[in-house]
Amino acid sequence: MKADPAGVLTGAHYLDGDFACGEGAMAAGCRFVAGYPITPSTEVVERISRRFPTMGGTFIQMEDELASMAAVVGGSWTGTKSMTVTSGPGFSLMMENIGLAAMMETPCVVVNVQRGGPSTGLPTMVGQADMMQARWGSHGDYEVIALSPQSPQEAFDLTVEAFNLSEIYRVPVMFMMDECVGHMTERVVIPEADEIEVVPRRLTEQSKEEFLPYRLNGHLVPEFARAGDGYRFHTTGLTHDERGYPLMSADCQEACVHRLVDKIRGAGDDLTHIEEDGTDDAEVVVISYGITARVARMAITMARERGVPTGSVRLIVVWPFPERVITELAGRVAGFVVPELNYGQISLEVERLAAGRCPVWHVGHGGGTVHDPEAILEKILEAAKVAA
Amino acid sequence: MGKERDQSERTPGRIEIRITGFGGQGVVLAGHIIGCACAIHADKQATLIQSFGPEARGSACSATLAVSDGEIFYPYIRRNDIFVAMSSEGYEKYHHELRDDGMLIYEQDLVHPTFKPGQKAAGVPSTRIAESLGRAIVQNIVMVGFFAGVTRLVPEEAMREAVLGSVPAGTEELNLKAFSAGLDYARREITTPTLDLKRPPAEGVPA
Amino acid sequence: MNPDLVRDPLPIPEHPVTPYLRMERIPHVWCPGCGIGTVVKCFASALERTGVDLEKVSVVSGIGCSGRTAGYLRLDGFHTTHGRAIPFATGLKLGRPELLVSVVSGDGDLVGIGGNHFIHAARRNLDLLVILINNFIYGMTGGQNAPTTPLMARSSTMPFGNFEPPFNLPHLAASSGAPYVARWTCLHIRRLTWAIEEAIQRKGFRFIEVIAPCPTLYSRLNKLGTGLSGMRFYHDKAEIRHGADTREVAIGFQEPIICGKFVDEERPTFNELMDSHYGKVLGEKYVPMPAEGGYLHG
Repeated sequence: MKADPAGVLTGAHYLDGDFACGEGAMAAGCRFVAGYPITPSTEVVERISRRFPTMGGTFIQMEDELASMAAVVGGSWTGTKSMTVTSGPGFSLMMENIGLAAMMETPCVVVNVQRGGPSTGLPTMVGQADMMQARWGSHGDYEVIALSPQSPQEAFDLTVEAFNLSEIYRVPVMFMMDECVGHMTERVVIPEADEIEVVPRRLTEQSKEEFLPYRLNGHLVPEFARAGDGYRFHTTGLTHDERGYPLMSADCQEACVHRLVDKIRGAGDDLTHIEEDGTDDAEVVVISYGITARVARMAITMARERGVPTGSVRLIVVWPFPERVITELAGRVAGFVVPELNYGQISLEVERLAAGRCPVWHVGHGGGTVHDPEAILEKILEAAKVAA
Repeated sequence: MGKERDQSERTPGRIEIRITGFGGQGVVLAGHIIGCACAIHADKQATLIQSFGPEARGSACSATLAVSDGEIFYPYIRRNDIFVAMSSEGYEKYHHELRDDGMLIYEQDLVHPTFKPGQKAAGVPSTRIAESLGRAIVQNIVMVGFFAGVTRLVPEEAMREAVLGSVPAGTEELNLKAFSAGLDYARREITTPTLDLKRPPAEGVPA
Repeated sequence: MNPDLVRDPLPIPEHPVTPYLRMERIPHVWCPGCGIGTVVKCFASALERTGVDLEKVSVVSGIGCSGRTAGYLRLDGFHTTHGRAIPFATGLKLGRPELLVSVVSGDGDLVGIGGNHFIHAARRNLDLLVILINNFIYGMTGGQNAPTTPLMARSSTMPFGNFEPPFNLPHLAASSGAPYVARWTCLHIRRLTWAIEEAIQRKGFRFIEVIAPCPTLYSRLNKLGTGLSGMRFYHDKAEIRHGADTREVAIGFQEPIICGKFVDEERPTFNELMDSHYGKVLGEKYVPMPAEGGYLHG
């Protein structure tokens, strides 16, 4: 369906990534946000708290991030699209209830404007070191979806996409922005409401008598009933059967948890969203995401000027990982270069898929600023030299 | 990171700007208006980065802009083409970044620059001008007007639109006056858009 | 056999609260003599007496023995994470304001790990009915010390007796801003039912503490006998004092338990404050969340 015009600020604006993300959420139909202030993410909720009262949305500043995430899961069970916004330390506190969202299959969006870590780290400066936490941060097996924008424009566009994916797959979607994009101001074009495609909550059409909250109906994602519609259903963070009742057995665990994993892993190419450039005849391929992808573009241009056929894969949906694409490339390129603002996270995933068929060069540092393009260039040249 | 390298190489079509001042002078708003004028009201791309946190609340605030006719990849600036200094501490902290052929724009009552041959410089008593309009707080908008007149980076109408769209409701008139005062000062006192530093900056406050 | 003596068995009448329960989940997990089932029954009776629309009632629980309550009531039921029942319930209430949102959970859950949420929800006067079942101990995990364990009482992690001062919960709730505060024991079935019934009809952060026996752990560790002994103790030591100063209702080990309705005032709820404030400052521009929520209709 098309976006509700009440939440769409159509026009060309000069916005930072945080504001653009807030606008994306409102355009996507988000009407409940619970959050706790933390640099560098707070501008997202500042924007929303100013605009929500004019469009039927409610923002509440909770007492901490544990409460924020729990409130978002509760909010989403009313059918109201819900989101929370945080950065590293708060993201850590949210992990338990992100697991609850995954277990209860609750559509919601968690924005993490990444800063340097660990611990309090660099509150006002950029990092990309929460990428593995986004995937594995809560205990147990589950799968999530994670996106990474490279500009304020994408902060808007991809926040809409994050909400849509959370509705389709009924998972918490991690919106892995970074401080640089969050605090960077650029031109952001917000289309007319009728040009923005949004996915509404897929409510069950089954009768109250026959509906079971976790029974499948020809699709790995069960149908949704919202609180207050008379279905009088039960849901729990415990391992549960299709009635949503706790059932402590290995068989039930297999059925329940395997599906949480399968509904994402099985989606394959449907969830692949990358930007590929010049990979057809590339010798070296640079794999990057977020702000680092923009810095890498400079390095790629410089490498090409020096005669090295260099390709680029920019990860837009980072999790699930575009396994097929990377596996295929690993069979025909001389090496991957993976720049990221950490000491090796996505590069490990690339190494896993390269499986020794080509070398993987990680270019990392602890954050605080972006890469020098020359540092990435150096690795591209090194990779090309090894290849030759 | 941090390898020694030659950063003097320019990216064609790209202009790098740093604006600095002390907290409360409206450094970020000035950057926002110039960026907005380029990216929304003129046919350019502009990436604004502001320093945040304790630094932003302390004495030397700063905002940087990369302005380009094409797409901007690298968001930070490396050597600035234009350096706007509204406080002496900000000037001291960042003046070494200005390119040898760059342009310095400064608050002439607050900043006492060391002129370098090859660099251009244009001073404006923006605080005094703002005070003469009744509100020292619009000093940054006077500076934006002066910037518009000196650099001619975008048509002045684009800059005026950006001022209108960025200032708080109810303060438009005052801010437009401040903008015009800065612009007029540049027109009256600075004869060429790229002022030679050998020509001493003009003194005096417009009536 | 004398055929006259063989009669059709008497039909067993359905328990009056059966329609409120998920009977397919009975028998429940609670031990013989436990007080939680009594609270469930009182809650169901109160729902029946008020005649509220059950389709609009949500019950949220955290983790622990009392946390299983949400699983037995035939309502929209949410069994959430440890300590987070109140913030989860906050999301339900703000996401769909027309819901009657109740929280039923234990002492360890609501004021131990979840204590911060408890005081903030009371401060905001969120429109939540909170029933806290206090058995003085962590039951599900095996009898560890709780923030409610009376001084000198034994727990599995205070084997020589508890030396940490416990919370006085009615006082905690009242001083945090709760407009309705009551305490009863599991023996006071009618009064507890009435209290829940009354609280359903009030608004804001309504807090009812229910003292419940834990024969398996608390009573055993402290040599207090069976569940029945617990009831006898309540009979002998409970003292009804409506309107008591909540500073004076702290519970000592095997000391008298002051029961009653301590606070019953009217204060604007979070939602009312939000509506009136935004209505005032934004006027016609204010669009409140629709009663049925901000659901995006397809």
